[in-house]
Amino acid sequence: MSKRRVVITGLGHVSPIGNDVATGWANLLAGKSGIGRITRFDASDLACQIAGEVKGFDISDYIPPKDARRMDVFIHYGIAAALQAIGDAGLDDVSTLDKTRVGVNIGSGIGGLPLIEETGAALLAGGPRKIGPFFIPGSLINLIAGHVSILKGYLGPSYGIVSACTTGAHCIGDAARIIQYGDADIMVAGGSEGAITRLGIGGFAAMKALSTRNDDPAAASRPWDTGRDGFVMGEGAGVLVLEEYEHAVKRGARIYAELIGFGMSSDAYHITAPSAEGPARGVANALRDAGVNADQISYVNAHGTSTPLGDANETNALKIAFGDHAKKLAINSTKSMTGHLLGGAGGVEAIYTILAVHNQIAPPTINMVEQDFENGCDLDYVPNTAREMKIDVAISNSFGFGGTNGTLVFKRV
Amino acid sequence: MENIEQRVKKIVAEQLGVNEAEVKTESSFVDDLGADSLDTVELVMALEEEFECEIPDEEAEKITTVQQAINYVSAHLSK
Repeated sequence: MSKRRVVITGLGHVSPIGNDVATGWANLLAGKSGIGRITRFDASDLACQIAGEVKGFDISDYIPPKDARRMDVFIHYGIAAALQAIGDAGLDDVSTLDKTRVGVNIGSGIGGLPLIEETGAALLAGGPRKIGPFFIPGSLINLIAGHVSILKGYLGPSYGIVSACTTGAHCIGDAARIIQYGDADIMVAGGSEGAITRLGIGGFAAMKALSTRNDDPAAASRPWDTGRDGFVMGEGAGVLVLEEYEHAVKRGARIYAELIGFGMSSDAYHITAPSAEGPARGVANALRDAGVNADQISYVNAHGTSTPLGDANETNALKIAFGDHAKKLAINSTKSMTGHLLGGAGGVEAIYTILAVHNQIAPPTINMVEQDFENGCDLDYVPNTAREMKIDVAISNSFGFGGTNGTLVFKRV
Repeated sequence: MENIEQRVKKIVAEQLGVNEAEVKTESSFVDDLGADSLDTVELVMALEEEFECEIPDEEAEKITTVQQAINYVSAHLSK
């Protein structure tokens, strides 16, 4: 029996460059940065005072304020992106939809950090009686999937995978396999994060992982540029509707692209320092799963976080995985504009990769002023300007702390 | 200054996401105002905060209507 095919029929996203997919995509192609000084809290005593905050977002556009108050912000973003994607796919209009065959897999890297921080402070100040009853359900990672399932009555699998910055990619890849295996016909899948808080920024800053270009936020995320000095934290969520091909065709759904491959690997090396072999193996596994040759790939949505080590390392990994073809790849980091959405990154970047395939255009890597050839960053990173080009097959890379890697392969339909 | 009844009703309305007009003294949090078990815990916390008092768990369990909340607060409010 041949493998059941999985296509994408819905997209939803909330990100620093737009609270819906159309706005985000337009800003991406225009090379517009979503990074600014932190407004969410007083960051004046932190080494890093910049982030990609979601702006002008109102959760009451999606759910009643009473319900919203009982969830941390990463759940808000996840629900919003999921409801957008479900709307985009037109699932609510399918009267014959078998909801036992619809599932949700939306993860987060960290979960309810703001609520944990707030509740921790309340506990210290006022004792255990000050811990609210919604602290646990408001901060648990799988509660995005829980809420979406409840809101829509979806009765299939409900879970969220947690793998740091590979979360979104793993959720989408695993959800596709749920469909291939036959456990569901439709999966709502992606990743979300809302960790721009003193504890979150302070924590990553303590690792010296964050850019401290506080005086020029829009230029702070600059993958493969000599001036890069760490990543910029973003927030938001990206969620897809994945659907079994025949199911989508039968109901006349719009198909953005096909998810033809997914690969995972572990560095088995270091908790935070990257290795080139691990990601290279993840990419190779994804290409093998997709049944495509390396030279069929034309666009890479890179992990590209703008850290000195990570960007050079990913370049090396691509050279291992693609050999000579690496030089022909159009590689971009949308994080140059969104910042790093951690557990949400794989979700929004899957969307950008799908739209690159769907629209035959590669978004740019902005802030590329002086390419870092000296440290081996010598590939084509689509500097500063979007590029119209033929894209039949594209990949999206995600790598996370712990040395966990995931690569998704999307094909034009 | 609002009286206790008004203040209690206002908190109930806020916490349970209902219109203040819907909150009658005889309203039951669960049966009439759509609260679940977690909502009622949070509601008691909000009452404690507003009236600067501590409502022991065994007392809190008995507060299931707006009137009972008003009665409790009236009886225990620090002068």
